[in-house]
Amino acid sequence: MATKSTSYDAIIVGGGHNGLVNGAYLAKAGLKVLVIERRHVVGGAAITEELRPGFHFTSFSYALSLLRPDIVHELDLVKHGFMPILMPSSFAPMENGDYLLLGQDRDENIREIMRHSPHDADAMDRYEYDVERVCQLVKPLLDKVPPNIFGKSAEDLAETADLVRHLRGVDQKVIHDLVRMLTGSAADFLDDYFESDILKGYIASSGIIGTKVGPMSQGSGLVLLYHSMGEHDGHFGAWSFHKGGNGGFTEVLARAAQSFGAEIMLNAPVSRVVTKEGRAVGVALEDGTELTARTVVSAVDPRRTFTELVEPRELPSDLVENIDRMKFQGTSAKVNFALDGAPRYPALGDRTDQYLGFVNIGPSMEYLERAFDDAKYGWYSQRPYIDCAIQSFVDPDMAPPGKHVMSCFVQYAPYHLKGSDWDTERERFADTVQGTLESFFPGFGDLVLQREVRTPLDIERTVGLTEGNIFAGEFFAPQMYFFRPAPGWSQYRTPIDGYYQCGSGTHPGGCVMGAPGKLASQQILRDLTADKAATG
Amino acid sequence: MITTTPFHERLDQLNETGLWGHWSGYLSATRYCSSAKHEYFAVRNSAGFFDTSPLYKYRIVGRDAERLLAGVMTRDIRQCRPGKAQYTVWCDDRGFVLEDGVVFRHSQDEFLLTAAEPNLGYFSDLAGRLDVSLEDVTDELGMLAVQGPRSRAILAKIAPGVEELGYFEHTDAKIGTTPVTVSRTGYTGDLGFEIRVARDDALPVLDAVIAAGEGHGLRPFGEQALLMARIEAGLALIGVEFSSSRFAYTDHERVTPKELGFGWMLHGIDDETRPFIGRDAIRRELAEKTSRWATVGLLLDWADHDRVYVAAGLVPPKDETPVEDEFMLYDDAGARIGYTTSQMYSPVLQRHIAIARVRPDLAALGTRVDYELTINHEYQTIAAEVTRLPFFNPARKTA
Repeated sequence: MATKSTSYDAIIVGGGHNGLVNGAYLAKAGLKVLVIERRHVVGGAAITEELRPGFHFTSFSYALSLLRPDIVHELDLVKHGFMPILMPSSFAPMENGDYLLLGQDRDENIREIMRHSPHDADAMDRYEYDVERVCQLVKPLLDKVPPNIFGKSAEDLAETADLVRHLRGVDQKVIHDLVRMLTGSAADFLDDYFESDILKGYIASSGIIGTKVGPMSQGSGLVLLYHSMGEHDGHFGAWSFHKGGNGGFTEVLARAAQSFGAEIMLNAPVSRVVTKEGRAVGVALEDGTELTARTVVSAVDPRRTFTELVEPRELPSDLVENIDRMKFQGTSAKVNFALDGAPRYPALGDRTDQYLGFVNIGPSMEYLERAFDDAKYGWYSQRPYIDCAIQSFVDPDMAPPGKHVMSCFVQYAPYHLKGSDWDTERERFADTVQGTLESFFPGFGDLVLQREVRTPLDIERTVGLTEGNIFAGEFFAPQMYFFRPAPGWSQYRTPIDGYYQCGSGTHPGGCVMGAPGKLASQQILRDLTADKAATG
Repeated sequence: MITTTPFHERLDQLNETGLWGHWSGYLSATRYCSSAKHEYFAVRNSAGFFDTSPLYKYRIVGRDAERLLAGVMTRDIRQCRPGKAQYTVWCDDRGFVLEDGVVFRHSQDEFLLTAAEPNLGYFSDLAGRLDVSLEDVTDELGMLAVQGPRSRAILAKIAPGVEELGYFEHTDAKIGTTPVTVSRTGYTGDLGFEIRVARDDALPVLDAVIAAGEGHGLRPFGEQALLMARIEAGLALIGVEFSSSRFAYTDHERVTPKELGFGWMLHGIDDETRPFIGRDAIRRELAEKTSRWATVGLLLDWADHDRVYVAAGLVPPKDETPVEDEFMLYDDAGARIGYTTSQMYSPVLQRHIAIARVRPDLAALGTRVDYELTINHEYQTIAAEVTRLPFFNPARKTA
């Protein structure tokens, strides 16, 4: 696709949601912006594909929750079709044929929990309240550039002082809970509240998403906290399904960016960022085209940002070392199905309203931990954790009437397999997933019209996420906040003047938050203003 | 004693909550499942059906039927051709609103009026010696609203021809062998239809609609979801946006069509061939510019809203449950300049919205006002800006 020009104020490499958010904000500020996408479609890992006539698959990312509300308003997304649809229930089947089915009515939920444990009936409110207090403390940090605690400038010291001020005066229990979540395991935290296996399994599942930890591993608390910070219309931990899937959402972002004047170029792989005397001056495409810009923003992950788009030898060696040892180790896969009808859960007869939200195949912490055990030793889970969403129940536009699309997020599927590789194991892995579903939904296999398998290797190949890590870098404490993606480089700048980073590998990370794209745009605009002031 | 609508038998089976309100003496579902918001999303994203049978329905027939309605209704019913419908208010002789309703014109001499309150006596008394008969047919008919982006596709399967209906048009049709009247009307501000059917035929028609909706995300919705949709649609509700002037103790409780945002109904008011009740007073109001209020939409400033709550140590509430109550509005100097009548957090707009009445000089698009509420038992204000109604107005509504 030809561009209108060869010279821009800002070029963004990568048309995923963060690249689009970044481009939209920069264009809104009046910059001449070009977003360059390697593939034929914008969205990165947030895309929806019609892989079978009438069947729309969310091949990778499949739901919304942590998207920052300010982005919705500031970019006028509603005007461009933003529509997050409520998912009114959560369904957790059990291995004994029973289930946990939670809905929107608190009192009904309490009755349902009491079926499994009278003790836990009042635990949910306490748990949610305590976690909400922690989220209240942490959430403002998602919307701010992390302070450079290693910096000595007046600005750095002031930002660090701001952080200390933010934490000062906070209730000691809240701080203690925060530290327990940031450093501990989901299991330890949940054991304080709950006794029911199904409830613990259901909640602990949020502590392993996208991350190579089990619920009993230290570090799963942080992942649990992140997924608890989600909000749908301000409702605690709620998730929504965007009309048309997350591809529907990124199309909205693209329209918003274009409405502010940003150009989007598709089918255009970038080979490198062009630098001159230590300064980014543009990009070179694989077809040889060179485009110039005084600001180049990488929306791809840190490995690509620092070791592929630019020459590592142009960078400080400690940064290169940090990026080299940054953990990616993708551990999640997708197996998506086109179904001839609704799966049947025997204990619920012909009911289907349990499918209006996520279906959580993770009936106990032990189930999840055993699934992790396989991954620890380099193999995919033989009884995997599966987060299913039959999205056509929420949005009938996803599949023909009476038919369904079912997105299955699967763990664990480690990027590095011991003694085999993903191209060999792809279908056997999908059979394992389908077999697990069959054990919960007898007759499931007969409904399958088509199956789409996306291993971590496929994620890397198709979307470009290193080792298929869905967060563009593991959610481990040493890789978060002012360490993300590397100590000293958490403020969206890079050692190369005019070269910035805005992908999920920067603070606050993945989960379709959009915050990295926005925060990076603020940093870029601040620097441009300072440059202007300096040059008079 | 409370009674039930012709659809009740089936709706009772569908209502998982056991929650029923009382509406004009009929049981009316509050909601059918644990989440009114889920039902609301059916209307905005796929399709929902709602039992509107409790509305009062009057058949008005006769050579002078048009003359009667033209002399009472604020909108010019003579402009309503057979096959069309009009939403209108009617006023007292001081130009204050009595009530509102929808008039369906079936032929030159036959109309059907739907209204929220009983009106047979009022209209009969006004008929005097005119050649017109008025009959309450409320109990004879079931009325089912099918609303949402998929409503047209669903109904086209069982009542071919309805896909051709324009906004506020109606037609006789058949669902199976059952005669029905289908209109392109509703109270959700979305693409939608209403089906009128004889009481005894109501259940098979409902069943046909449900079967046609299979796989389209069709689901029943109750009053809570309806009231959410109607605020986004900017539709007035009697008892909330206005109350009947007939029962007001002071003029503070009264409102004129112009003040209610219905200036558009007054088209042709200077036409001397169209005297209707309240016309002279309304003409004076327009000429002398004595309207006290203008009805507008308010969009609360989301950032200010969140800031005020966070500063108070609270989680900013985003509750889609409609609050049908008055909240005061101020200008920057702290002078009271209006009040709201309905408010909610709108899921499709992702904003807090309110239907409001402000001084006419402050009704311009974008005017900033302060919206007062209580937080931690203290009065606080949140910045808001005047916008046009309806808040949510998808092209499909009229397309």
